[in-house]
Amino acid sequence: MKITDDSPPVLSALDRPNSYIGRSVPRPNLQRLTQGRGQYVSDVTLPRMAHVAFVRSPHAHARIKSIKVDAAKKAPGVIAVITGAELAKVMTPWVGVLTHLKGLKSAPQAPIAVERACWQGEAVAAVVARTRAQAEDACELVEVNYEPLPALTDPETALDAKTPVIHPSIADNLCFERKLDVGKVDEALASSDAVVETTFLFGRHTGVTTEPRSIVADWNVGEQKMTVYQGTQAPHMMQNLFAKHLGLAEHQVRVITKDVGGSFGIKVHTYADEMATVALSKLLKRPVKFVADRIESFVTDIHARDHRVKAKIGVRQDGTITAFEIDDLTGIGPYSVYPRTSGIEANQVVNLVGGPYTCPNYRAQARVVFTNKNVMCQYRAVGHPLAVAVTEGLVELAAAKIGMDPLELRRRNLIADDAYPAQSAAGLKFEKLSHHESLAHLDSLMNYAGLRAEQKKLREQGIYRGIGFASFIEVTNPSAAFYGVGGAKITSQDGATVKLDAQGALIVATGVTEQGQGAEAVVAQCVATAFGVPLERVRVITGDTDVTPYGGGTWASRAAGIGGEAAWQAGKALRANVLAVAGAMLQAKPETLDIRNGVVVDAASGTERLPLEELARVAYFRPDTLPAGIQAELVATRHYVPRAWPFAFTNGVQASYLEVDTDTGFVKLLKHWCVEDCGTIINPQLVDEQIRGGIVQGIGAALFEQCLYDERGQMLNGNMADYLVPMAAEMPDIECGHVVSPTADSELGAKGAGEAGTAGAPACVMNAINDALRPLHAAPLTDMPFTPGKILRALGKV
Amino acid sequence: MNEIDIALTVNGEPISERVEARKTLVDFLREDLGLTGSHVGCEHGVCGACTVRVNGAIVRGCLMLAVQCDGTIIETIEGLSDSGEVADLQAAFEQRNALQCGYCTPGMIAAAQDLLNRGGVPSRDQIREHLSGNYCRCTGYHAIVDAVESVAQERNKARAGAKR
Amino acid sequence: MKPAPFAYKRARSTEEAVALLGEKDARLLAGGQSLIATLNMRLSAPALLIDINRIDGLDGTAHKDGMIEIGALTRHAAAERSNVIAQHAPLIARALPHIGHPAIRNRGTLGGSIAFADPAAELPACLLALDGEVEAAGPKGKRSIKAKVFFKGLFETALAPNEMLTAIRVPAADAQTRTGFAELARRHGDYAIVGLAASARGDGKGLTDVRLAYFGVGATPVRATKAEAALASGNVDAAIAALDLDPPDDVQATGAVKKHLAAVLLRRVAKQLMETQR
Repeated sequence: MKITDDSPPVLSALDRPNSYIGRSVPRPNLQRLTQGRGQYVSDVTLPRMAHVAFVRSPHAHARIKSIKVDAAKKAPGVIAVITGAELAKVMTPWVGVLTHLKGLKSAPQAPIAVERACWQGEAVAAVVARTRAQAEDACELVEVNYEPLPALTDPETALDAKTPVIHPSIADNLCFERKLDVGKVDEALASSDAVVETTFLFGRHTGVTTEPRSIVADWNVGEQKMTVYQGTQAPHMMQNLFAKHLGLAEHQVRVITKDVGGSFGIKVHTYADEMATVALSKLLKRPVKFVADRIESFVTDIHARDHRVKAKIGVRQDGTITAFEIDDLTGIGPYSVYPRTSGIEANQVVNLVGGPYTCPNYRAQARVVFTNKNVMCQYRAVGHPLAVAVTEGLVELAAAKIGMDPLELRRRNLIADDAYPAQSAAGLKFEKLSHHESLAHLDSLMNYAGLRAEQKKLREQGIYRGIGFASFIEVTNPSAAFYGVGGAKITSQDGATVKLDAQGALIVATGVTEQGQGAEAVVAQCVATAFGVPLERVRVITGDTDVTPYGGGTWASRAAGIGGEAAWQAGKALRANVLAVAGAMLQAKPETLDIRNGVVVDAASGTERLPLEELARVAYFRPDTLPAGIQAELVATRHYVPRAWPFAFTNGVQASYLEVDTDTGFVKLLKHWCVEDCGTIINPQLVDEQIRGGIVQGIGAALFEQCLYDERGQMLNGNMADYLVPMAAEMPDIECGHVVSPTADSELGAKGAGEAGTAGAPACVMNAINDALRPLHAAPLTDMPFTPGKILRALGKV
Repeated sequence: MNEIDIALTVNGEPISERVEARKTLVDFLREDLGLTGSHVGCEHGVCGACTVRVNGAIVRGCLMLAVQCDGTIIETIEGLSDSGEVADLQAAFEQRNALQCGYCTPGMIAAAQDLLNRGGVPSRDQIREHLSGNYCRCTGYHAIVDAVESVAQERNKARAGAKR
Repeated sequence: MKPAPFAYKRARSTEEAVALLGEKDARLLAGGQSLIATLNMRLSAPALLIDINRIDGLDGTAHKDGMIEIGALTRHAAAERSNVIAQHAPLIARALPHIGHPAIRNRGTLGGSIAFADPAAELPACLLALDGEVEAAGPKGKRSIKAKVFFKGLFETALAPNEMLTAIRVPAADAQTRTGFAELARRHGDYAIVGLAASARGDGKGLTDVRLAYFGVGATPVRATKAEAALASGNVDAAIAALDLDPPDDVQATGAVKKHLAAVLLRRVAKQLMETQR
């Protein structure tokens, strides 16, 4: 800008007066939740509503020879006892495959097992009764004659010639295989000064949402309409699926999602028992409710992360990483989950290993095999926790091997902040990341040098503290590249409809959904800013396929970046519509006017001209006073889909500081940090809280959580006492920092932040434990969760 | 003998109902009285989502039978809320986003109030310990500890002020 | 899950409770913190629940004849607040905060914990370490059962099917009483992986009457008698070497890990015994 140029600087689209972008305003709908007046699906009751309980297979694999239901049918309160064969007349089975995962295959899955039960916990019959307790009583009277079959529980044997194939209709137990070979891995490894080779094991674990899966299906035969209350993340996706498998048109199905007691990906999938509940309502012509109790949740909610990854890294003495190589094997359940498939997690592992680094040599192989355990599918940060643990675990082992500081080794290999756009070896396209700036920020935030000094001093006293890091990239704001291209009816676009009501307030209907992350608040902040009203005047409606624009819901951290952008555009569009009317009423050019704080003002001077309430009154009740040819249009809908980038990648770096009690193997978490770059931050507090919650979930994976199975496919610890989720006393304080690299693919520039915490936390806790124990020459720990027993064995004490 | 008449007070309201002996307190509150603010998370006493007050003491609503509560005074989150007793806690939770999905929140607030009723200003570790029986999957607990700590400090200031 | 149906009766006296226990498939309901969880999971389906919570006189704490008598219906939370227990049964006072969480402790009872005899529970081990006894009421009246013969197997005690625990008694602590307690649990309030409740007498020179009661190491709490003898002779390393526990594997940890942790706890608790005044 020339010194003599006195034109005002161009404000960014975000520099609206009274902007809410970047403000930590409290979420508008929290009062109802703190008062206990939320409306969770588990709270919903409808007239004549019946309850369903399922008879579930106690065997991991068994032929169902016969089912006797007479005694159950006569039990008090019982309305119906339905088997898989009867339900098949009402609902068609499904297959969880997508075309872009080449070769992915799976057998059809029915809502209730028909001739075989394929995992312990699969439903084999349904009892519908007046109360849940009565339904459970009657379940005990259903006699199922099982012929147990061999149970496949070890993924390593799944593809052996001798191992029985679970589904003869699909030739073998391979669900999906992916191979990647980029650059010259063998040469690179051969030319390295050091090669680290190890095997990472990740415990199968599950979401444990505080509110279990809940659904109320209501088939109104008079209206020929199915209304489903479901705690789903993706109402429109479910609308499509319910219609498809019941033989209805989509417009005959309405999915309503109000408050959801936690989801994290658990509630974005299609569950046999939920589909069965919907089918039962159609069959019985009355509302049917299913709430998974905690015991059945553990054996039916999707599991995730059960991977064995053999991995190698090559490095030169100057710190250059020469190559990454992985061989990933994962044992999912007997079916690929519908419709997102159970191949995505392994596919992501292949995509994401090595992602932050410039290393061009990368070879990967991943195989997804069927087993007779519970089904597995996408859970928060899908694949990232594994890929980041493998990558960052290798990086710190390599650093230790060549005697280089782990942050220094990263500095020498992270893609430079000015090297964008860039592409990873696996072909991921990055618009703009900030690995180095984030690392520098983290270094100072945690006072790294100070902690190293403290660590050194305490080691001399026999106290072993560790510092571990994880640099990572994270997939957000997915385009159709994630699911749509594979044939799934999962939309990557989203929409918002904003309307001005008769008193000058705004009602916003959005296609993204709320499970507690603050999607409603973010949408409200975007609309309030774009349009020009105080936040208190905005009410957001989510989770109703009859009311909201067609949208994807909330998953893959898309609500702020995609839902927020649609809301922003809709707010702008409505503002233009309103100013057109205001201009007509005030005889001024609309471009000279603005809306600020709920009032139409003169844009240049800020002088108030017309309150919105007055404009609404005239538009709705006195349109006879408007100039001829003016039709007030006080509603606007806009949609948005990312087009420039398949995913809006974000980046971050985390650190864990902990102390290992080398007598007991117990780990005490002292502190955790995360510096995250998620582009434009709409509400900093909500972003930080997503990161904190995500980190604690990742800590659960690193230290506590594992679904334990025996060789017969029986889950051994499916209850809250034996499956250990993180509780308050063991968790550290978590400090968050930010770098901002907005995306140019939207006006807001916001990327996603919901999963970053979970992506990086297991890796840095692992690295911190190994750092703590390094002076004791313990065998590096790479087998999660890191229980006291594993740590004691690594120390040679047991 | 499987159905028993009980008479009790719930959030200040006298209630007379006939209940099945096997019905837990939390199911009774939710289903028979429509007080759905107390939540069911595990039915084995571990998650704390069902925490309510019986005769002034916090309990697991899933580990008490409704029939045991004959003659007792029950306070649920709705009652604690409407009486204003936890207004400062609720405000602090809202300000600091110490709740996300809100499912654990009624139980968490009941447990936090139980701690704060003991007086003093508990340390962060003491807060974490007292809330260690309330499972939250969303927040990671940090904001909850912040909220409880801030309310403890405010109440302590108010008590000190009142004493003068 | 919801419990299977059952009948319910409120006992107004110990005698009435005992008489009702004679009915087929009847269980006593005291704190309910273990029982109702098992009913909810349908791991147990009694025909009749006998609610003893309204029986008067079962929840007091008394100091008489050199013993501390704690009524079976005393809630853990009340015991935590009891000065009598703090002063005269310090081992129990040390153990109480480890039991579950505040909401559990408001309902759970000391008698219930002893009678339920979970192998990973704190109080049975404390009773064993203190060489205490329980008082039981049956159709023929009351009897005392010493701790050392009370815990017989997994969730199995010396109580007859129609007997009800009415009180526990432990020797009142005096100036020479030494106690130690430590447990290792993955999360605060969880059942311990391994725990140790210990008592001894110390006169400032050495320890006598050492009793080391481990929990979480077998079907019942276990006295480590060889280690006790070595510790009484003042040699902690010898005590550790003499530890002959053989814990089975469980979902939480292998037997080998438990054994190692038991030794770690012994070192820590030995320190407490030698340092504490009570």
